[in-house]
Amino acid sequence: MKLARRTTATVIGLVLLAAIPLASAFFGQPFYVDLFTRIMIFAIAALSLDLILGYGGMVSFGHATYLGIGAYSVGILSFYGINDGFVQFGLAIGASALVAFLIGAISLRTSGVYFIMITLAFSQMIYFLSVSVNTYGGDDGLNIRMHSGFAKLIDLDDPVTLYFLVLAILTLFLLIGYRIVESRFGMVIRGAKSNARRMAAIGFPIFRYQLTAFVISGAMCGVAGALLANLTLFVSPSIMHWTRSGEIMVMVILGGMGSLLGPVLGAVAYLVLEHGLSSVTAHWQAVLGPILLFVVLFAKRGIIGLAAGARMETGHG
Amino acid sequence: MGEPLLAVAGLTKRFGGLLATDQVSLSIPEGELHAIIGPNGAGKTTVIAQLAGEIRPDSGAIRFSGEDIVSLPAFVRSARGLARSFQITSVFREFTALENIALAVQAHAGHSFRFWRPARIDRALLGPASEILERVNLAARAGDPAAILSHGEKRALEIAMALATGPRLLLLDEPMAGMGPEDSAQMVRLLAKLKRDLTIVLIEHDMDAVFALADCVTVLVYGRVIATGKPDAIRANHDVRQAYLGADEVG
Repeated sequence: MKLARRTTATVIGLVLLAAIPLASAFFGQPFYVDLFTRIMIFAIAALSLDLILGYGGMVSFGHATYLGIGAYSVGILSFYGINDGFVQFGLAIGASALVAFLIGAISLRTSGVYFIMITLAFSQMIYFLSVSVNTYGGDDGLNIRMHSGFAKLIDLDDPVTLYFLVLAILTLFLLIGYRIVESRFGMVIRGAKSNARRMAAIGFPIFRYQLTAFVISGAMCGVAGALLANLTLFVSPSIMHWTRSGEIMVMVILGGMGSLLGPVLGAVAYLVLEHGLSSVTAHWQAVLGPILLFVVLFAKRGIIGLAAGARMETGHG
Repeated sequence: MGEPLLAVAGLTKRFGGLLATDQVSLSIPEGELHAIIGPNGAGKTTVIAQLAGEIRPDSGAIRFSGEDIVSLPAFVRSARGLARSFQITSVFREFTALENIALAVQAHAGHSFRFWRPARIDRALLGPASEILERVNLAARAGDPAAILSHGEKRALEIAMALATGPRLLLLDEPMAGMGPEDSAQMVRLLAKLKRDLTIVLIEHDMDAVFALADCVTVLVYGRVIATGKPDAIRANHDVRQAYLGADEVG
């Protein structure tokens, strides 16, 4: 029954998202297609982080790194005239998985605050690497001449096509995420979050499972990065600044850790608020801050927890 | 008779200035229930942690079933047939009782790089898990989250998780910790049943339970073995009465 409820919520959410291009055409506001493309890209990043943070207890404070690696994969290949989307996305997945493997293999030997600090340190290293490589624009970033080409299959020059590609990938990743966390593999990473010592005592070599989860998460976020590059046709080091990692984490916490759907809602809430508030005041963060504080203090399970709680109360009444 | 199932020789562990384990030697033949007793702080749990592979001893040898296991990590020792339970209940609180056991079964059912099929409906895991819950009288609580079980039930679940790994040797760290007389009696019955098929190392403060169950008793004081022998001999041993039982009688 809990499962059915989650499926219903997911389907409703995805149908609403699918209706946005139509609505924005109807109201003559094409801008909303871009805004929601961006929101869904960050939703993918947030749900990939939730996989290791919410289910695996791995507080990776450098998740924007994989966003950057995915985006630079598209940018750099395009710089050399390779615009084939399969190659670009293939590199985005491969490179972010490889970097996640290397960072994870070292970071996962620590835990707690040390894990947070090491993942942050690695992401800072890669950030400064991207600033220092002048071939690819350094600090100024890199313009991308054209969208990823998928033969004649998908034409990303059309913003609505890009929108639906992002929606399709978000849907796919949600489905994959739901399956993974319920699978034998998922039970292992959840068990390791709950009680690592017990997991070793009953015979699990948890390191290799945690590392695998870390790599899957990094690769998913890399795809989000490649999509972001296609949305903005520009990539710069700021995409993987540590504050960006913080934003992704805020989306996860705001939406509700360990639910996959929660972080998607978190991304919507965060970016809609940012958009709405920044049109009213330049100091929008001063308004967003207290809202986040409220959520962390009074709704520990995030937006998804509030929704579930409200439903439970009406159910009792 | 051949080699004992578990042979420990000269096990030593130092934490800074504290000698937690001092030249401990044990020889436990297959089928024996071997109790380790001693006053609080004698280093009993530290010995268990070294046998299970969570703490690396500074020196000494641990042979299990003829193999030197001293450098093997905990999860490999578990695969060899060593299982432990914890003094402080260490179950997965948010999982149901059945899921707790199923996870322990899963640890010994091949690799877990299986990403697609839900574990919750995996008969290969749930079948053996239900049987084990039955064995420890928890079948009725199968669907309840471990967090809401009573203390006695949590302690039974704790043992069941160790059992689910299909061990040859059980290391039980105070299975009756914090139990009332009724739960304790039930636990003694359970251990007496397990004893028929398994070799058991039992740490316990409940002397009635120890003397009811043990084939052999080792007394540990300040990390050192001061006596080891049949329960009756231990009861009569002067040093033991002095160091341990005597204190109990006075108190």
